Amino acid sequence: MNRIDVKRRNVLDHRKKQFADPSYKETQYPHRLNFYSTPPTADITLEQFEQWAIDRLRILAELEACSFRNKTPAETALHMKPLLDKYLPLDASSSGHSQLHAQRQKDHYSHFILRLAFASTEDLRRRFTRVETMLLRLRFQADDSRERAAFVRTLNLDWEPVSEDEKRALSPQLATTIGFGYGKRAQQVLDEDWCKVDWMRVPDLVEGRKVYVKAGKAYVPGREQQSMVLNAYTKRLEQALELTARALPRLDEDDRLTPILDHLSKNFITPDASYTGAGAAIEGAEMTARNMDNLSQHFPMCMTHLHRSLRRDAHLKHFGRLQYTLFLKGIGLNLEECLVFWRSAFNKVTDDTFNKEYRYNVRHVYGDVGGDSNRRGGGYSPYSCQKILTEHAPGPGEAHGCPYRHFSLENLTSLLRASGVTERAVLQGVKEDTDSQKFHMACNRVFEHLHRTEIKRAKDEGVMTAAQLETIVHPNEYFKRSYLLKNTMDNKQKHRGADVKMEG
Amino acid sequence: MPNSDLPAAEAVGASTSPSATQMEKEPAIAAASSPPVDEDTVMVEAGEVQAMVEATAPVAEVPSAQGQAEADNDMMVEIKQDKKSEIKLEDLFEGMDSDDDDDFLAAANPLNAPAPREPDTHDASFELLRIYYQRFFPWRYMFQWLNHSPVPTNDFKHREFSLWLHNDAVMRYQSYTTSDLFRKDVIRLMPRRIEIGPVYTADPRDRKTFRNSTAFQPMAKELCFDIDLTDYDDIRTCCDKANICNKCWKFTNMAIKVLDTALREDFGYQHILWVYSGRRGVHAWVCDKKARALGDQQRKAITGYFDVVTGGKQGGKKVNIRRPLHPHLSRSIDILKDHFQQDVLETQDPWQTAEKADALLQQIPDLGLREALRKKWDASPGRASTAKWADIDALAQTSASAALDPKDLLDAKQDIVLEHTYPRLDSAVSQKLNHLLKSPFVVHPGTGRICVPIDRGNLEGFDPLNVPTLQGLVTEIDAWAETEGAAAAMAAVEVSEGGGGGGGSSSQDVKHVQDWEKTSLKPYIEYFRSFVTALMKDEREVAVKREREEEGDVDVKVESLDF
Ligand SMILES: [Zn+2]
Repeated sequence: MNRIDVKRRNVLDHRKKQFADPSYKETQYPHRLNFYSTPPTADITLEQFEQWAIDRLRILAELEACSFRNKTPAETALHMKPLLDKYLPLDASSSGHSQLHAQRQKDHYSHFILRLAFASTEDLRRRFTRVETMLLRLRFQADDSRERAAFVRTLNLDWEPVSEDEKRALSPQLATTIGFGYGKRAQQVLDEDWCKVDWMRVPDLVEGRKVYVKAGKAYVPGREQQSMVLNAYTKRLEQALELTARALPRLDEDDRLTPILDHLSKNFITPDASYTGAGAAIEGAEMTARNMDNLSQHFPMCMTHLHRSLRRDAHLKHFGRLQYTLFLKGIGLNLEECLVFWRSAFNKVTDDTFNKEYRYNVRHVYGDVGGDSNRRGGGYSPYSCQKILTEHAPGPGEAHGCPYRHFSLENLTSLLRASGVTERAVLQGVKEDTDSQKFHMACNRVFEHLHRTEIKRAKDEGVMTAAQLETIVHPNEYFKRSYLLKNTMDNKQKHRGADVKMEG
Repeated sequence: MPNSDLPAAEAVGASTSPSATQMEKEPAIAAASSPPVDEDTVMVEAGEVQAMVEATAPVAEVPSAQGQAEADNDMMVEIKQDKKSEIKLEDLFEGMDSDDDDDFLAAANPLNAPAPREPDTHDASFELLRIYYQRFFPWRYMFQWLNHSPVPTNDFKHREFSLWLHNDAVMRYQSYTTSDLFRKDVIRLMPRRIEIGPVYTADPRDRKTFRNSTAFQPMAKELCFDIDLTDYDDIRTCCDKANICNKCWKFTNMAIKVLDTALREDFGYQHILWVYSGRRGVHAWVCDKKARALGDQQRKAITGYFDVVTGGKQGGKKVNIRRPLHPHLSRSIDILKDHFQQDVLETQDPWQTAEKADALLQQIPDLGLREALRKKWDASPGRASTAKWADIDALAQTSASAALDPKDLLDAKQDIVLEHTYPRLDSAVSQKLNHLLKSPFVVHPGTGRICVPIDRGNLEGFDPLNVPTLQGLVTEIDAWAETEGAAAAMAAVEVSEGGGGGGGSSSQDVKHVQDWEKTSLKPYIEYFRSFVTALMKDEREVAVKREREEEGDVDVKVESLDF
């Protein structure tokens, strides 16, 4: 079956198909759910193009974070509901909502825009397919059952219904797969809407022994048919994305879209964040140059590594100084102390050299010198994880960057070990995260491990809000949470309302 | 240029470094779907490690069986200590997979097994091996098995072989356009182990010319299973580690019956080859075309379907299954319950010690019943496991509290039966399309035994300690020459040396006797031949059917694929 598909795909002129027919044609959306089989053809504005894509991306990024954190489907649904209502609402036909068409159009278009943004690499395609499938699952579960059935009928999924006779004959076997009741099982079997498919089409049901399998066919009860719908969707989307990838070069012709698409795909790597509490010292923390060695226990690995390199070499190269100074500024070290810090750290250079080569840069970062705009803006903002991950990859002898992304596994492991992460399961998890390019998840995993006692206590005592336990995507947020967690008892009230803000 | 990929690895000298043992479980993991360029290097490291492991327990010149076993035991101890003490980097990061590790404990000589008939059978020495490849190895049937047709197809030409050489280099990504080239290369290089990998989308030797990784992908391989008796160490009392005897071999019979039945009845496969791995386990090769085409997700699914006894090697194995029992499990219990009575309770006597009996009690759901059993068993130390098992039901009538649901007790007992009988699989072997597995009919370097197929219809007749050995075959062929008359023997040798080489690929129609037919290898190769014939026949029919289908419906579905 696979083989036939491949052949067919090759003979199609997919480019023509996908991008032909530019004439205006208003798409109708009879169903709430969409398999996105037909590309949109109507014109939209550039602003809509970007905004719709960003809104959908927000949803996908959050869904992915839910799965990284192993939230249950119910938890995920709960977590996502307000976000979906805000960014990508999709009401049932029966709701009679006045915006049904607009909602469905936005859903339709945003999906196709992100296809363009995420078709370029295999990794992005895989992740996009995964989170889009999660989104469909979420919506599928929430859908009105009649509307859902109507939608499924349009898919031509080629399911073979199980006849009444066969149901009766296989009743004892089928009964075991539909729950725990021992009572009216035979009747339940007859009432259920069974279909049979090649077992390969429902691997997850087979894996969990949730279906009866006989002679290569899986007998799927109505309630599990969702799995098949999702599988079909995944498969079709995978194929469609490959076609899109091949068609991508044609898009370069429109140079208004390229930067938008580029920015979108970058944002999918790690959600960007700005750190809102920049410059404000945490109350109770001694923000002085000489206390930095002590405070460095709260640093994320990127800053730990900078700190250690600085202590070892009494020097850091340009981007290292920049990344680190911004971080220090972010945790609330004032300019004066920061200058003291760097001066004493660079203990192999003369005062003269320091003043000439380094002092100015530190002051510039703080907005103490430089052009008007720099001074007005208070200098630069501390780097977010996304910036550290995507800009200026470190070269030889440079200590900046993100260890989870830029270190060899061996070096990363020794850095983690030296920072107290020795448990095999955690190291293994970090490896898996970094292998799959989820660098911020690796960092969060390490954070959670190093603070497991405090997190548990804070949760137990209800001191931390759920939002404060969400994914960290900024080094300064890492520091702040670490510091506060380790000092929870004294700071119960002071850290509320400092959530990470998603920029999109 | 078969040599171009030969990695420049040299055998590494003797070392008992703990790090060497770290790789013990992961010799031959094929690359992930997009192979990095320097993969061979990784493999060489695996080879080096093996060199080190083997250096601790030399294969070729072992002073005595006793000394050998000691060397092996030392190594085992070392592995254990090491795992406890510290996590090694390479352990963590060099592949989480594991593979058939029979060869890595190659020098272990079963302490409690009958002494080998010929003390030298474990000596897989060079010259004997050459004779074996030249005269006994079933080249023709191996080719047909992998090619699925008499004329070479991409099924064979794009298939990866990996050859483990005597200098401990591993040559990955070898491929051959014909059976004869395969044979010649093997005889030239004399690998002590041959592994079979997937069929790729292109010739594996050309893989480096494909910049874009999607052009070079694994696309088909038999669905494989690996059963290794070391995974039964917590429930077998007769042997442990690399050792086996006829008592614990029964566990593999149980596993084969359960898997074979499910693969046929549930999944609809027909061409399932069971192969002795040469020491302490068996491999299954499911060769149906549909099985070969399975992707990783589906392989993982089928592995999960058979995942019943779970738990790490250090923690206890646990059965964790839903009720009501899935039809596959209730049928498996039907298959297994007699084995449980005979091969487990009677033969293994698993709860003989107080400690084991206590573990059993932990699985009894009712406190009253537990205490009554404990009292009874304390009073008669050494009470046989069959009696203990019977006690459970007997005392349930009198001593259990009213709260005990008979259903809970039944569930617990089913769990116990499954824990002691249900197949324990090395899932890594089954889950990945690109996992390599040791070829049938190679010689196990530790035992000298041939990795022969096992006839599913005659499981009880298979004795792993009595399969043909390298040394034995050579002795047998000599004996045949003496008894069957010099003239006949001479004729046969001439033919086999001049032409097809044991496999009978000679174009001459002379009905001569093949070398393997003169030895105890005969029934195994005949069985393999009939297996391959049936597979090829089916394959032809499938091919014809597909052609018809393809012609029929191409136009119909084009639209639905276009999105
Ligand atoms: Zn034994």
